[in-house]
Amino acid sequence: MSTTTADTRKTADSRRTADTRRTAKAPRRRGERSRLASVALHVSLIIASVIAVFPPLWLLITSFKPKTDAFDTSLVKDFTLGNYSHVINDTDFPSWLQNSLVVVGLSTVIGVFISATTGYAVSRFRFPGMRPLMWLLLLTQMFPVAVLIVPLYNLLAKLGLLNQPVGLVVTYLTVAVPFCAWMMKGYFDGIPVEIDEAGRVDGLNPFGTFWRLILPLAKPGLAVTAFYTFITGWAEVAYASAFMTGEENLTLSGGLQTFVNQYTSDWGSLTAAAVIIAAPAAVVFGLVQRHLVSGLTAGATKS
Amino acid sequence: MAVDTSRPAAKAAGAMSARGRGRGGERNPGRIRRALGTHWYAWSMVAPVVIVIGVIIGYPLARGAYLSFTDANEANVERNIGVNHIPATYKFVGLDNYKAILTDSVFWDRLGWTVVWTVTCVALSFTLGLALANMLNRKIKGRAIYRTALVLPWAVPAFVSVFTWRLLFNERSGLFNKLLEGGGFDGISWLNDPTWAKVSVIAVNVWLGVPFMLVATLGGLQSIPAELYEAAEMDGAGPWQRFRNITLPGLRSVSSTVVLLSAIWTFNMFPVIFLLTRGGPGDATEILVTYAYRLSFVISPRDYASSAAWGVVILLLLALFAVGYRRALRKQGDSW
Repeated sequence: MSTTTADTRKTADSRRTADTRRTAKAPRRRGERSRLASVALHVSLIIASVIAVFPPLWLLITSFKPKTDAFDTSLVKDFTLGNYSHVINDTDFPSWLQNSLVVVGLSTVIGVFISATTGYAVSRFRFPGMRPLMWLLLLTQMFPVAVLIVPLYNLLAKLGLLNQPVGLVVTYLTVAVPFCAWMMKGYFDGIPVEIDEAGRVDGLNPFGTFWRLILPLAKPGLAVTAFYTFITGWAEVAYASAFMTGEENLTLSGGLQTFVNQYTSDWGSLTAAAVIIAAPAAVVFGLVQRHLVSGLTAGATKS
Repeated sequence: MAVDTSRPAAKAAGAMSARGRGRGGERNPGRIRRALGTHWYAWSMVAPVVIVIGVIIGYPLARGAYLSFTDANEANVERNIGVNHIPATYKFVGLDNYKAILTDSVFWDRLGWTVVWTVTCVALSFTLGLALANMLNRKIKGRAIYRTALVLPWAVPAFVSVFTWRLLFNERSGLFNKLLEGGGFDGISWLNDPTWAKVSVIAVNVWLGVPFMLVATLGGLQSIPAELYEAAEMDGAGPWQRFRNITLPGLRSVSSTVVLLSAIWTFNMFPVIFLLTRGGPGDATEILVTYAYRLSFVISPRDYASSAAWGVVILLLLALFAVGYRRALRKQGDSW
């Protein structure tokens, strides 16, 4: 027994020198697990996966059931797309979707642009006011909705921006931009400064360097930032519920609340609308999720 | 232009010296003009963010702080009714709002529940996330599938998931109660019994929070060098010892960040509670943030001043927490 483990370790050692990158990726090469441990591992992972997947799956299943059977426990009975056609044709859902798209689209475009310039400035230049700015960006992430919401409500009311997409756009910018600027800073830090220098030598000013050289290189980072801004706006509840009133002005998160409240409970429409809202977000999420976390922890640890 | 601080800051050393010199020349005449000349690139790049933050966070924050010292409510703030403009009639009342909050048992009840809620949610989701990350960080069949499945709750927008859970929790005909009744038990009023409502909101929030913890700690685990585990194994360390003495210290920088972030997020977690229970039954599941929201947007007349005061108190609590957390980390020799 002891000799075999020593042997495997020796081969392991030689393999490590041969290919260090692979060993770094698969840290545990301890002998084999016992059969029992393997089974236990799979069982617990399966249980966890079922718990994780079940609610969204149930939502999907329910959305295909007739309105009256929303609570039916059977899996597929009377498959129907009725909920979807009802939601799309007979409710304000299309206008909510449009409102959300306008608000979220605008805040994504503006948010990505200004957080990229800020991230670039903070990453490349040392200028007076830089440290306070970094602190400010970090601090604003802590602000509870509750401190800002009332004065912001009054401010928007005074400017006549309640029930206007613009009001929500600027609000969402403040929610998403600080974090995005941090992420972009981390991303720009990873791009060699020599590229900037080459640009400067060739006669570009800093804006030119940023716009023509660095931005194209930072496309993946920009994509992640865009996604983060998008999802923040797409899923925001508090500001949207407070600032937008009247059926046709609501965004998706506000509109969804109207299907099920103390007066009505139209679970069929709710589930169909929810699926339409969740599907695109989930797909995009799947594509960028890895970068999201690395950006997040990089931004945090490099402070 | 030796002090051209707007050049790319290639090496920290160069940047430091440039900054030091910039500070030394503070008394020079025409300094502002020169600073403008060298830094205007950088300043114009950060200007949009500074302006947006200043207008949309700075002003409301200052105004909120001011409102918290007044008796403003829906009936006495400046407003327009039709063509008539009604000027504000609220007045300065000093610290009365704060006194009222701190002497009111409602605040302490809400604070207690908020702390329980935050600690439980963060502890549970971190533990579960770490455990699952450890399982996924092995050679195992179907790893990619498990990973995708486990991350799914994060991919669905939170408010959609919350409604899904309401569907499952529904008292009369939700799936959980049907299953319970099918098994011969009484149904549970998940969202209408004070205790069960608390359990339910925590469960939903943990469900939402685990994927983030899982992905973050998995990234941390993969950056721990395998040599450490092998050396420990050679020295006869058991699995638990390896976990305690290698894995946990190796995860420190990642876990300290995610725990801080997730504590702040959970403390301020508005959508889960607002959409799942509206803070009810009664105010059993109302955390500080939702209560402040209730004061200014749900009750009538809307009590802007108290709500603002609650907001300021919440902000102070969070700031205290963040400072204390950083100090604790530093004491243990962390650079963060």
